[in-house]
Amino acid sequence: MENVSYLLSLITFLPLIGIIVLLFINPQSHNTLRWITMLFMLADFVVSLCVYFQFDPTTAAMQFVENKPWIKDWGISYKLGIDGISLFLLLLTTFLGPIVVLACWEDIKVRVKEFMICLLFLQVGMIGVFVSLDLFLFYVFWEIMLIPMYLLIGVWGNPARRLYAAIKFVLYTIVGSLLMLVAILVLYFSAGKATGIYTFDLLKLYEFAIPASYQFWLFLAFFLAFAIKVPMFPFHTWLPDAHTEAPTVGSVVLAAVLLKMGTYGFIRYAIPLFPNAAMDAAWWICLLAVIGIIYGAWVAMVQTDMKRLVAFSSVSHLGFVMLGMFAMTVQGLEGSIIQMINHGLSTGALFLIVGMVYERRHTRLIAEFGGLSRVMPIFAVFFMIFTLSSIGLPGLNGFVGEFLILLGTFKVFPTYTVFAASGVIFAAVYMLWMFQRVMFGEVTNPKNEGLEDMSVREIAVLIPLLVFVVWIGVYPSTFIKPMEPSVKNFIQQVDKKKTIVQDIEKSNGQAWAAVSNIQLVTSVTVQPSDRRY
Amino acid sequence: MIQVPEVFLEGILPAIILSVAGIVTMVVGLFIRKGAATVGGIISAAAVLLAFYANAPLRALDKPAFASLISLDGYTWFFNILILIALGMTILTSLRYLADEGMDLYEYFVLLLFAGAGMMFMVSGNHLLTIFIGLETLSISVYVLTGVLSRSPRSSEAALKYLILGAFSSGLFLYGAALLYGASGSLGLPGLAKYFQSGSFTMMGGVGMGLLLVGFAFKVAAVPFHMWTPDVYEGAPSPITGFMSVGVKAVAFAAFARVFFESLNALQVNWTNILWVLAVLTMILGNLAALVQDNIKRMLAYSSIAHAGYILVGMIAGTAAGISGILYYLLAYTFTNLGAFGIVTLVGRKGEANVYLDDYRGLGKAHPALALAMSIFLFSLAGIPPTAGFVGKFTIFSAAIKSGYIWLVIIGVLTSAASVFYYFRVVMKMYMESPDVEPDGIRFSPSMSMALVISVVIVLYIGIFPTTYLNLASESVKTLF
Repeated sequence: MENVSYLLSLITFLPLIGIIVLLFINPQSHNTLRWITMLFMLADFVVSLCVYFQFDPTTAAMQFVENKPWIKDWGISYKLGIDGISLFLLLLTTFLGPIVVLACWEDIKVRVKEFMICLLFLQVGMIGVFVSLDLFLFYVFWEIMLIPMYLLIGVWGNPARRLYAAIKFVLYTIVGSLLMLVAILVLYFSAGKATGIYTFDLLKLYEFAIPASYQFWLFLAFFLAFAIKVPMFPFHTWLPDAHTEAPTVGSVVLAAVLLKMGTYGFIRYAIPLFPNAAMDAAWWICLLAVIGIIYGAWVAMVQTDMKRLVAFSSVSHLGFVMLGMFAMTVQGLEGSIIQMINHGLSTGALFLIVGMVYERRHTRLIAEFGGLSRVMPIFAVFFMIFTLSSIGLPGLNGFVGEFLILLGTFKVFPTYTVFAASGVIFAAVYMLWMFQRVMFGEVTNPKNEGLEDMSVREIAVLIPLLVFVVWIGVYPSTFIKPMEPSVKNFIQQVDKKKTIVQDIEKSNGQAWAAVSNIQLVTSVTVQPSDRRY
Repeated sequence: MIQVPEVFLEGILPAIILSVAGIVTMVVGLFIRKGAATVGGIISAAAVLLAFYANAPLRALDKPAFASLISLDGYTWFFNILILIALGMTILTSLRYLADEGMDLYEYFVLLLFAGAGMMFMVSGNHLLTIFIGLETLSISVYVLTGVLSRSPRSSEAALKYLILGAFSSGLFLYGAALLYGASGSLGLPGLAKYFQSGSFTMMGGVGMGLLLVGFAFKVAAVPFHMWTPDVYEGAPSPITGFMSVGVKAVAFAAFARVFFESLNALQVNWTNILWVLAVLTMILGNLAALVQDNIKRMLAYSSIAHAGYILVGMIAGTAAGISGILYYLLAYTFTNLGAFGIVTLVGRKGEANVYLDDYRGLGKAHPALALAMSIFLFSLAGIPPTAGFVGKFTIFSAAIKSGYIWLVIIGVLTSAASVFYYFRVVMKMYMESPDVEPDGIRFSPSMSMALVISVVIVLYIGIFPTTYLNLASESVKTLF
């Protein structure tokens, strides 16, 4: 393990250094606070770009692995690493960092210091979730990120119902995650008892063939935690409240990154650890996903509040992500990962856009608007592009993700795919209808007449998102290629492990058996230095 | 000729130091007209530091002393440290409190020191009578401390209630001890262990064990023997409430675990089931009742009941891992809860006028550091990483899962999810609501600030780097198994 790279630790804890710096700044000098936060977010993004350029897209192995014992007697280690699946989620998180800081530059005027600290703290938690390879470490990051999000919604949220929304968010999440903690412990002890290796190390746990009877319960607990986070129908009810009440950037981070922690959790933990249970449940989960797609779209259609509409569209979009994932085909999974990024970009951008309207008019009711395109032409252009990207217009990012998902799923669940495809149509209905009512026609409301168009800052916020929306739409290979080996390997390993468990159970019912014969590719760590040869 | 048992004064030196300091304070206090409380506080703080030093050699020992009345081992060492921490922090937070209340009472510290000495005998007790005497020394001191606010009817009511129920539970304990003596012919823990290990089990022994268990359940405030807790915690002066909720609880658990694992281990099957029921009731009722409290002291009282439930889970696990989990948990809980009560003391101001949750509104704006500290304590109580409380819950729950009590742990985590609601409610009040009228300023004092800073740092430090302390805990329980 020579030449260990500390890049991932740096990315994870750079925002923490930012927090410490911020603590010494006078809370009144708002601009200094903003600039420092911006600086750290940018630095974080630059470091993550270094990771991207050093990333070896040809291998499925974990890269940039760091491994230090943390609580040795319990087999808990500080283990970080990324592969093609987590790479882009990591990049998305660091990429959105500076954007949200810029977006809240003028929006947040009270308690700026605390706000910036919360943002940075949130960043630590989110990045930590994506890079950790130890169940205990993962759980710690997963829970840590609750606190800043709770504060973001509760302190800076919409005065009317922010307290309700904040506590609802926390309680939903924590019930799921505490049950997951129980499952983690059960897994740890039963795996330890059966194989003699007590460890929280994810890559080692991957190698165990877990008896199907255990898998069911453990998967159920993990499923609950992640499904609440995603959120899947019917666990989604916290989401519209949290989104509607949160401040704009809170919604952006929530939609763009936090929800991905749930879907990522499925790919990284729930499915590969318990492949038999996951595949047995695939039918049901896909059913819920399809219900989510259609239900989310229908409910979005009747919303009167633009932000709530976007929030429900999230439920619908994430249904696609789950559908593609549980189809367990290469295209489906790739589409699912791409769609996670897409959703982060387009829904994030839509929340920003709604936030911009809200800043000007202090209302988000669709009925209050009309004909905005005449008053704010630049705004109209951006709004249109992101609306289309969310709908899935060919040439923009949404299309790539949804197409891949539908393609991948059709081989496995043709009926579901047909229903899911209708979700795309509904999406066009609710998004375009909303767009039409807000932007087109005559300016009916006199309050809308004098609205300023977008400022340079606001344009600067949306331009980077726009670049990637088009890039993914036109040339998705940049993004698909690095994840392909990991995705293929993932599917192979899941299938292989599934069959092995089935075989073992058929022959003598004695699973758990140290599955040394499953030589997972992921357990062979390829260091960046080895690559040159 | 009667053989004189070996005298091993070094072993009980920490308790001797505390007692002597108590007597010195009592004498010195008589001659000081003004500022007696401060002098008493300084003497007691010095005694605590000295006792820390004197306690160090116990770690390596493992021997019974004074004709096997007490046992000096790592377990005693660990709990002595906990007692001293609780004492030290309570002294630091009390100085401000007494000054605020205009009470120049050196007797306050005398009682604290005597309670500390009693606690030390209780945790080292290797004989039911030693444990009982330690328990009574401790309890009587704490009864008086509870009622120390002579002008407050609440405080007097609490003291009386505590006295009556405490005496009742002591009676049960003693009755149980008597029955056990009747059954086995011994009150020493090794003697009891020998009797039960030989496989003999009589009705008398069983009832004795049950009464002993109820006696301890009263002391640790397990449901349904918790009735006294909310009233007493509410009425007592805040620093004393903090002391009771960690110190008294910790030593009660220490003696509980020692008696049940050392002498009644052979009956584990019998008492584990009873504890299972107690733990479930305690976790559920403690957390549910805490949800609806408006008074922060009552809320923390119910929360401390709930925590007793979690600790019982560690006892049910019944393994060395479970007990060392309890030790770590108590360490974490000591700092967390004392810190929280320190803040309750500060925010309460004169006459404890501000002990309602609504009094915490706007604290985040008025005193950001204080609010941050309180939030950290509350997160730790709720068991959210990276605080000590999380690692504590993790150790206890993992021990229980290892022993196969998965349902118990599921109940535990669900109730602890409910607890998040009331802990976060305080955070919500502090950061997200603003007060109707600007309250008076809060008067800090160096000793109080020191106590809070120490607590915050330790809660975070042992939460992020728990290895050393986990090892300490598991080393300390070795002599028990």
